[in-house]
Amino acid sequence: MSSCTYREAVREAIRQAMLADERVFCMGEDIGHYGGCYAVTMGLLEEFGPERIRDTPLSESAFVGAGIGAALGGMRPIVEVMTVNFSLLALDQILNNAATLRYMSGGQLSVPLVIRMATGAGRQVAAQHSHSLEGWYAHIPGLRVLAPATIEDARGMLQPALDDPDPVIIFEHAGLYNDKGDLPDERGAVAIEGAVVRREGQDVTLVAYGGTVRVALGAAEELAAAGVSTEVVDLRCLRPLDSATVAGSVTKTHRVVVLDEGWRTGSLSAEVSSRISEDCFYDLDAPVARVCTAEVPIPYAKHLEDAALPQVADVVTAVHRLGG
Amino acid sequence: MRVPGSADNLNVEAWRRLLIDMLRIRRFEERCVELYSATEIRGFLHLSIGEEACAVGVMQALGPEDAIVSTYREHGHALARGLSMRSVMAELEGKVDGCSGGRGGSMHLFDVGARFYGGNAIVAGGLPLAVGLALADHLTGRQRVTACFFGDGAVAEGEFHESMNLAALWHLPVLFCCENNLYAMGTSLSLTESETDLSLKAAAYRMPSWEVDGMDVVAVARAAREAAVGVRSGGGPHFLELRTYRFRAHSMYDPDRYRSKEEIEGWRHRDPITLLGDLMRGSGGLDDGALEAIERDIAGEIDDAVAFAAASAIEPVEDLERFLTTIEAER
Repeated sequence: MSSCTYREAVREAIRQAMLADERVFCMGEDIGHYGGCYAVTMGLLEEFGPERIRDTPLSESAFVGAGIGAALGGMRPIVEVMTVNFSLLALDQILNNAATLRYMSGGQLSVPLVIRMATGAGRQVAAQHSHSLEGWYAHIPGLRVLAPATIEDARGMLQPALDDPDPVIIFEHAGLYNDKGDLPDERGAVAIEGAVVRREGQDVTLVAYGGTVRVALGAAEELAAAGVSTEVVDLRCLRPLDSATVAGSVTKTHRVVVLDEGWRTGSLSAEVSSRISEDCFYDLDAPVARVCTAEVPIPYAKHLEDAALPQVADVVTAVHRLGG
Repeated sequence: MRVPGSADNLNVEAWRRLLIDMLRIRRFEERCVELYSATEIRGFLHLSIGEEACAVGVMQALGPEDAIVSTYREHGHALARGLSMRSVMAELEGKVDGCSGGRGGSMHLFDVGARFYGGNAIVAGGLPLAVGLALADHLTGRQRVTACFFGDGAVAEGEFHESMNLAALWHLPVLFCCENNLYAMGTSLSLTESETDLSLKAAAYRMPSWEVDGMDVVAVARAAREAAVGVRSGGGPHFLELRTYRFRAHSMYDPDRYRSKEEIEGWRHRDPITLLGDLMRGSGGLDDGALEAIERDIAGEIDDAVAFAAASAIEPVEDLERFLTTIEAER
């Protein structure tokens, strides 16, 4: 075992992928000379040079599209978009090209592209740098959407994402980069499909992903002190969604709260909730509950931002409301 | 800006090939109109009648190793690239033997074997893809050209400017081919651009750029050859502004109210097929008998393609989710 941060885990995954395969290269804004907006790619320019660590102009559509084109041309690009908010400038390329080309070409074309981007709030950077739009991307057929919530997933998801012949989007919650933890020495690839149970329990299920997994685990600790045995399911892969693991847990606990840092309306939590109703309605002892971000643009002031985001206390309250 | 010299070796046989390729596109699309009226073809159908010299002139400058990124007005590009009439016609009819298996239709023709990376129906959406294909060649040291077609409407899009900058900045082997037919759908260039000399926009990105008479296939062929040589030999991206005109409406839905009959007639006098035919007759390289033989061959090829498309199966509905992703496809 060795200790590292989430940031270092992502960096190490990129390094190993680049060492293993010459087709892998990175491009994005400030990833080279600056060292990465979140310092993920720090030092990689010095190690791999400017041909493989490419600083791009502020042209999200062009460099994401160029990533798609390079993937069509046989490369294995890792494109970093600074935050999900900026990815909207590249949404045309992601939706209309990356997600459609295989299907629209009758299976002829393959887009083995990885797009990494930061997501999430909690750092007082206000309404244009804080949103969680993972659910929008999870809406799109033709994409695989990953949300590594742990250091092991941050380290292990990249290589299988690169091996996937189709486009993969990896959402890294900006609040996780400084998290420290242990990585096993056998730090190989992890599956890029399927949810996992992060904590086992009997009385209630919390479903979370990305940045909300730690909120769920924090709530589970508090609930344990109150005598409530809580199971935490980390979705990990937002598309395709692993309904079976969620249903398996809910069938056991009969109560569920879905956490989402996205807005409630039309959110990923809505999809999860709907699938629980479809899959295990008669196993429920209470309606599905949700704890989501308040439906406002994320405010700057700390007390307001905190109030807008799903907090441990909100989850504990939601669980108590379920009764039983 | 400069006019390319005559450093080519176009001869009578090369002219004959250009004429045949343009006529194949013209007659094919004329048949498409009939099939559209007969409801065999549906959806959007954008014809390039009048613009054939652009597709044919550029395509003859490319080799099999080069790549093409096209637009929604792409039948001409596809046929000039060598996609069979059979596979294109079957695609237009939504059949499984179409070049995209019936998934794409008129606007989305693909043939990975021909390195034909499809029609993009988002204006300027193909430019970043072309930059990326060229980047892959650059990173692997392959001496290949990626030709990227787009219309004058694309120059208003941010993706045009982003892609031009990126290609020039990284010195990538892209041949940008702007088919300037003066109208972005129904709105003239003069109503949408502060600078209507499009080659100046390329010059702003320090890219060699040439204005070319897009109705003169020999001029297009010469310019494309010279530009392709420049791109292939490491000269970075080049830009061709091909000044052309579509004789038909934007699509089958378009009543064409925004152009005068006089304007259209004026351009018809510069029909690229007539211009080349006259040139060839003048040099003794074409007579009525030879032209009739060419027309007969093309009509036969089209009849065969139409019969092939009619006989082709439709994809089973059970395959609806096939090819979405590799993994889902395997399920």
